[in-house]
Amino acid sequence: MTQTYLNNDRLRLFVRYLVLTLIAAIFIFPLVFMVMSSLKPSQQLLIDSGSLRAFLPVGDISFDNYAAAFRRAPVGLFVANSLLITGVTVIASLFLCSLAGFSIAILNWRGKAFVLSAILATLTVPFETIAVPLLLMSSKLPWIGMEGLELGWLNTYRVQIIPFIADGLTIFLFVQYFRDIPKDLVEAARAEGASWWQVYSKVLMPLAGPIIATAAILKFLVMYNQYLWPLMVVQEEGYRPVLVGLQYFFQLNTAWGEVMAYLSMITVPVLVFYLFLQRAFIASIASTGVKG
Amino acid sequence: MADVVLKNIRKSFGSVDIIKGVDLEINDGEFTVFVGPSGCGKSTLLRMIAGLEDISSGDMIIGDKVVNALPPKDRSVAMVFQSYAIFPHMTVRENIGFGLTIAKTPKAEKDLKVQEAARILQMEHLLDRRPSQLSGGQRQRVAIGRAITRKPEVFLFDEPLSNLDAALRMDMRMEIGKLHHQLGATMIYVTHDQVEAMTLADKIVVLKDGEVMQAGAPMDLYHHPKNLFVAGFLGAPSMNFAVVNVEKIEGDQITVKNDAIAETTVHVQGRSFTVGTKATLGLRPQYLSIADERDSCMMGTIVLTERLGSETILNIKLSDGSTMIAAIADDQIFKIGQSVGLTFDADRAHLFDELPSASDAAH
Ligand SMILES: Nc1ncnc2c1ncn2[C@@H]1O[C@H](COP(=O)(O)OP(=O)(O)OP(=O)(O)O)[C@@H](O)[C@H]1O
Ligand SMILES: [Mg+2]
Repeated sequence: MTQTYLNNDRLRLFVRYLVLTLIAAIFIFPLVFMVMSSLKPSQQLLIDSGSLRAFLPVGDISFDNYAAAFRRAPVGLFVANSLLITGVTVIASLFLCSLAGFSIAILNWRGKAFVLSAILATLTVPFETIAVPLLLMSSKLPWIGMEGLELGWLNTYRVQIIPFIADGLTIFLFVQYFRDIPKDLVEAARAEGASWWQVYSKVLMPLAGPIIATAAILKFLVMYNQYLWPLMVVQEEGYRPVLVGLQYFFQLNTAWGEVMAYLSMITVPVLVFYLFLQRAFIASIASTGVKG
Repeated sequence: MADVVLKNIRKSFGSVDIIKGVDLEINDGEFTVFVGPSGCGKSTLLRMIAGLEDISSGDMIIGDKVVNALPPKDRSVAMVFQSYAIFPHMTVRENIGFGLTIAKTPKAEKDLKVQEAARILQMEHLLDRRPSQLSGGQRQRVAIGRAITRKPEVFLFDEPLSNLDAALRMDMRMEIGKLHHQLGATMIYVTHDQVEAMTLADKIVVLKDGEVMQAGAPMDLYHHPKNLFVAGFLGAPSMNFAVVNVEKIEGDQITVKNDAIAETTVHVQGRSFTVGTKATLGLRPQYLSIADERDSCMMGTIVLTERLGSETILNIKLSDGSTMIAAIADDQIFKIGQSVGLTFDADRAHLFDELPSASDAAH
């Protein structure tokens, strides 16, 4: 009896890992292909892509494509721009959207149900439909900068950051999470003399680790992958993000090896960020034990 | 320290009235217990005292300040919740010191006060643990520790022990009693547990549907309940109610009887009756005793016995079909189906000028 149970358990575990490994492989193959291709000259790359050799570091392997990519485009500048834009947006968004979520989920005020539905309604509007009106607005918006009042936000960092700070999905995630936190915790903090700000900063946010990580990853991916909007609002090289930089490699004849090298380089920050957050995510669940 | 005074306090949620005009005076240092059926507004009342819930109308006075509009932090109250509500991301030390951290107390002073609270509650060895590593009783201790460090003038407890098992409950009940003596603070305590109410309280407040039915010392309420609700609510097993006819009135001696209960004279104060009308006779199970047929004033058949060791509970069906519960001291053996005579101590009987409704029976 026990023996068969054990065997069954083992078999089940084996099948589970097999399935997970297959799924992981499906997701990792494009990455392997990208990195391997970036090490090969263009011609070999095209020939290899017809066979399994595409996933193996074989043939004429070198870092030449990387050197060429740096010669062709200011890679460092683009990555730095993207990291700046993404970083500022993620942090500002986590802060503002969590405050909005806090207000809707915890505080009592008239009309908040209506406000929440309005926020949720924005989820159904794709960015493409508002891109042009937003462009027209941005071109005329005022700003107080170093040289006093200026008009127009085009060719700046702020035009790539500010429109993306507040978003319905992030607010909704925080609303849901805060609603699930036992009301007694909030009241206990209030009874101990905490102000609403302290309830937010000392009780709710420290417990919101998992949702902060989730929202941060979603926002990071959206912002790091920005293409259409910067294409519309940025003409100066100095403010360009990574994906727009990809255009530099699609002139006259496309050097696929260089494209792969460029893509490999701009993927690194995403992986680092993801791994870092995954750790934080697991740590926060383990330490608070709020959920599950 | 502080008195707590409620003057015609009302609370409505939308159009529903939950608290319907409560007047109450709780003296400085008094241990007051709120009891009442589920949904009668005990928690709401407590939360209004804490400042967690707005007051619809009336005055709430703590110490000598009207606190209606004050946020919780300006009321000098602390609250202990049924769910403990300790912060899962903080250690025991941080939890206990939370109020002091909020008040920006200097670190040395805070450490000292946290240590002292931990000593009083005997959990110095747990200070660096996280709540997830504590048992239910230990968590409740942390919640109490958090409440006492700020030295509030009023402590509010909302069913603090109801998530604990029976043995732990008894320990914690005694500890809360001790704490009250040590701190001498005003405490207001909500419970469903009769024993907690009777043993801890200086004053019990019985609530029903958002109104105070009676407030007073535990024994006062037990022996002199103002109405059927209070009579039925306090005491376990609940008081027996029998509808009787008023036969004769001589001063404050009222003679009553019904089909099952022979003529009995009861001494009554403060209520008036009219001959020929109906009234309710209230008999506590503890004051009923078994008697020979000729000395007894009612006869019945035992339909159920429960032997608890210290006493035996008998469920007796009377000749008119109604049921009497009797609690007989000591462990005695009775047989189901056995016919017995019952008698009671007329001085301990109650006569009410109202008739029982379903909600006044056992709760
Ligand atoms: N925020 C609210 N909105 C509407 N009704 C409420 C709200 N809070 C409480 N009530 C209602 O007020 C009544 C009293 O609730 P309360 O929690 O004070 O009861 P209670 O006496 O503490 O009951 P229990 O013994 O079950 O804890 C209940 O009928 C409840 O449904
Ligand atoms: Mg309650």
